[in-house]
Order: sequence, then structure tokens, then C-alpha cells
Amino acid sequence: MDADETAWERRSVVHVVPPVAPRKLAKVPFVELADGRLQGVVSSGSDIERVYVSSITAGTHALSCSTNNNRPCGALHGYACKHVRMLADEAVVQYGLDRVARYLRVEVPPGGQLMSCLHGQPERTPAAVVFSRFLRHLAYLEVPDSTDPLVELHWFPSTAAETGAVR
Amino acid sequence: MLDVQLGEVLAGAPEGADEALGLVAGFDDALALGFARVGEEAAGALAALAGALAVSPIGERVSEAADKVAAGSVGDEHLAALAGGRAALSGAVHDALLGRLDTALGRSRAAWEPSRDGHVAPGDRPGGQEASGDPGGGRPAFGNLLDGCRVWLRELAIVGWRGVDHDLAGSADQTIEALLAVPELRGLAVLLDGLAAELRASSPVATMDRLPARRWADLWARGLLLAQRGPWHGGAEPVSGRLLILGADVHEHATVVRAQVHGVLEPAGGGPARLVRTSVAAAKVDTIVGPAVWRLMGGHPVLLGALAGHHSLEITDMPLLPGGDLVWHDDRAAAGEPADPFTTARVALSGTSAPAVPPLDRHPVRIAEPVFLEGYSAGDGSFDLGGHALPLDLDRLPRGGPLTPELVAASSACIGLMRWDGRWLLQPLAVQATVKKKPVAVHNGDWAMGPTDPKVVKAEAKAGDVVAVLRERAGRLLRK
Repeated sequence: MDADETAWERRSVVHVVPPVAPRKLAKVPFVELADGRLQGVVSSGSDIERVYVSSITAGTHALSCSTNNNRPCGALHGYACKHVRMLADEAVVQYGLDRVARYLRVEVPPGGQLMSCLHGQPERTPAAVVFSRFLRHLAYLEVPDSTDPLVELHWFPSTAAETGAVR
Repeated sequence: MLDVQLGEVLAGAPEGADEALGLVAGFDDALALGFARVGEEAAGALAALAGALAVSPIGERVSEAADKVAAGSVGDEHLAALAGGRAALSGAVHDALLGRLDTALGRSRAAWEPSRDGHVAPGDRPGGQEASGDPGGGRPAFGNLLDGCRVWLRELAIVGWRGVDHDLAGSADQTIEALLAVPELRGLAVLLDGLAAELRASSPVATMDRLPARRWADLWARGLLLAQRGPWHGGAEPVSGRLLILGADVHEHATVVRAQVHGVLEPAGGGPARLVRTSVAAAKVDTIVGPAVWRLMGGHPVLLGALAGHHSLEITDMPLLPGGDLVWHDDRAAAGEPADPFTTARVALSGTSAPAVPPLDRHPVRIAEPVFLEGYSAGDGSFDLGGHALPLDLDRLPRGGPLTPELVAASSACIGLMRWDGRWLLQPLAVQATVKKKPVAVHNGDWAMGPTDPKVVKAEAKAGDVVAVLRERAGRLLRK
């Protein structure tokens, strides 16, 4: 370990999570790496009223996609539907390819695409869990403001722009 | 700040600081490996930490804790004692650094009055919620919540950072959710939420090339201290007068954004001007970034309006905590006369008296002392003032404001915060610069009421109201 690395380990303020890149939320309002899946909510391209819950399971890379009425997505059979692909694309924008690939346990060669390295089969996973995760996520927006000193936040400065990922 | 003053600040580490931080580093490495099986080196580090504090009032407890933990008995009280010992060392380094800075700047600082030490007092709360005098004992629900926090922090200490996986990183989610509902414990909530997010993003931690050992141990230790009996703001006194803004320091992680405003308070009826901080924090989700974060703090239009519009504020009976924090109440403030922060920095800053720092908040990371600099030559990532190079903390320029590294590099005068993280750094809050042969002044908080750059306005309009988009989509999910 060189001196720079040692200095990094001895600093109180370093960026461990690279800042989230801004992305348009209308098409894929919610993406997360949780419950052993890359999962999220994807808007239908044709019907404003419809949203899909899509996911890719870590390890097995099983694919799942169903509507808000819990009907399976008609386009998902044998290979990924448009919704799963959009979910994967937005996850890469939000978290970076490295982190998504590490979570899903997939090797993506340099310059490679995430989806072309996944060969999982369709599988039904319950959409209700992801719904409630999305609602829990939105619950943050209902938490009241605080005007307490919150000294803790000195460890979490706002960040200027993209900085290098940790690994 | 003058060049001789800067030279004084930068003249080597204060006596004993390196040694104290060496002991902290030993503890941090022991924590990284975990206390499940404490090896010889880790046991030595714990003993050294205890040894340094032997003659202090907590010496006996820390020494006992180091022995017990080394012997494999990891009790709650032992971890708390070790966290306290580590905090004492960080505090000593903080005091030496801040003392050095105050002396160089000729800044007088109030002494801490132990009698005012204590836990959150009724009446401090924004919005008038009921506050318990003792979060730990007064309301049983607090006790259970704090228990939950300690359980998670203990688990982390036992396995060590290297042993953290997705399951353990996420196992405090429900506790954090419950903490967020308790205004008094918001600091602990945002701390644990931030730490958990970093651990999740890094899991399995065993595969990381390098560990943010100092950072995570800082967060762990502060979390554990807060999880004993809640925060320690002390009792507030109401103050009135004129608040002159120096600038805004923006803090942010995935689920919170906070603007901390530094200013000079001229008390009504005379008395010396005081340096104060006041802040507004709003919860958010990770996909809300950039200038949109200001909208989340929109419930405080008087404060944000003064930031964006560069005018003073008349405040009436605003609670001021012993640490120099005004507990902001937007309805107890009114817009005053126009006030250029650069005038405030040039004229009012030098004669102000600074507040004492609450003992448990003493950590180098909290050092954020407003200073004014001019007459420097701006180089690559640093200012040169009379031959002294002061590195710039440009990572802290918020994405939601107009201040850029280019503007800082083109600047001739700067309002900033002196910070310390292994070395002294200047965090710019505002600069005066020459752009296309025209003088400009650019402040971090200029976009508090919305961006003023037409390009950014257009981009924001295109992205739409993020919060509204998220709520609309969620509404579709609920419809069957």
C-alpha cells in the first residue's frame, strides 16, 4: 500500500459511494439493488396508466417482469423484455456498471454490455415486495425538515461532480 | 486572513496531534478486523488507546473496556467506553487545531460552560413538537430505538468492516426508518443511514482494495455515543438581532440534503457580534440531485430568500444553542436590508467572537471556520498567499450551485471555511472573480430560490418536478 492509499484510509471525508448521476425518472422512476435483486419500477411505453415491476436476480440472473395488476409481461419469454433492459440501463447510469455487475455477480468484459452477459430464464417474483420498497423509498419525501445542528452531516459534504469510484 | 496568519496556521502539526491520531489509527485498524477475535496487534492498539487516557476521568473505564474486549467479552458498556476514549483523542486534536487557528486569526472563542451541558431541552424543537428532557429515559420508545442502534453497531464491531455483507449492511433499515420519525434523533438517523448506504455499496466489504477505516470508525464511534442517551445540544437561549450571511455550506448524502448557513449575528441592544451557524435539512431520495435539492428546503423561504437575494435578516427570539447554532424558525425572521456577504466578510468578520464547541462534538471534521482571503494567486487546486500554499477542497463545491472550480481559479477574493482532514484545506463558499473582463461575485447559495443560469433553468424544466414525477408513478402502482 503506498502513501496516498494510507492517507486515504486516514481521512474522515472520502467519497465511498460515487455520487448518483442525474437521470430522467419518468421512464424508470425507481431502481435499487436489494433483496438479492436488481429491481425497480418501469413505465409502460404505450399506456400512461401502466407501470411494470421488473427485476434481475443476483447469481441466477433470473428475469422477472409484471404489471401493476400482477399480470406477467407478455414480452418476457426466453429473453429480456424492453422493461428489463431499461431497468438495467438506468441501473448502470445510477450506480455505475461495476457496482451493478458486482451485485448481480456477473463478469462484464471491458467495453461489454451488462445485458449481453446475462443469460437467465424468466421467473415469477412477487411484484408486491418491490411496490412496497418503492413506497418506502418515497416515504423519505414525507419526513419533516430538521433545523437541528446535525453535526453528523459534516462527514457528508455535497459533492462537486463525478469522482472516481472506490475500486 | 493575512499571509502571516496563514503561515502560522500551516506551521506543522500541533504538538501531540500526530501521536493522538496514531492511537486513533490503531483503534480503527482493530475495528476493521473486528472484535470477535482480537489479535495481538489489535489488543496492543486498544491498550495503547487506554494508556494514553489513563490519567483522564474516563481512564479506568477505557482501560477495563480494552482488557475485556481483548479477552473476547464485547459488552455494550465496553464498546461505549472505547468509543468515548476515541472521541476524547479526536477532541484533543480538534482543540489543538482550532486553538492554533483562533490564535493565528486573533479570533476570541467563548469557553464551554459545563452547567449548560446536557441533553435536548424542551423548547428547542423546531415546529413546537413535544421534546423530552431525556430522550433515553423520558420516552420508552426512544430507549428501544437506541437499543436497536446499539445492537447493529455492536454487530458491526464484532465482525469488523471486513466481515460486513449485504445482509448486515441492510439489517438496520427498520431501525433507521423508525429513527427518522423522531425529530430529536434525526442526527443519529442521518448518520446511520449514510453509513448503511456506504456499507451496502461496498458489500461484500472483504473484496474492497482499501477501507475508509478512519471515516467508518468516526461514524461508528459517533453513532454509538449518540445511541447512549440521544444528542447533547444543551439548553437554548432566545436571541434577537440582525443576521448577516457569509455563505452556505451544503451537506448531502443519498437521503438528506442540508444547507448550513454561516453568518454574523449582531445582537439587538448592542453587545459583541457573534459568529453563528444555522441550518435547514430535508430528507430526499438518491435520484434527486443538483439544483433540485433546494426545492426540498422550500419550507424556509425567508432564509433561502436571504441566501439567494443577498440581504440581511432580522431575527426575533430565535433559539441559540451553546455551540453557536441558531435553531432556525422561518416565522421568527424577516428580510432586512441588502447585505453583500463580501462586505460582511471584509468588515464584520474580524471582530466577531466565536462560540464554544460542545465537548462531544469536538472532532477535526467539525472545524468549519469562516475566513476571508484576498491578494492570493490562485493556482491548480490551491491558493498561494505570500508563499504559503493553502490547498482547496473543491470536492465540496455543491452540484446545486453556480460556484465552479474554474471560477475559483479565476478569483481574486474568497469567502471560505477553513477545514482540516489530515491537512488544512479551504472550502470556498463564494468568490469574486473576473469573467470576460467583468467583475462577478458568485456564491454557493445563489440558486437557493432556483437556478439563475438560463441553461440550468432549461435543463431543470426539461427534467420536470422530480418529486411530482415520483409521486405520480407511485400513484399508478397503487391503482388496481
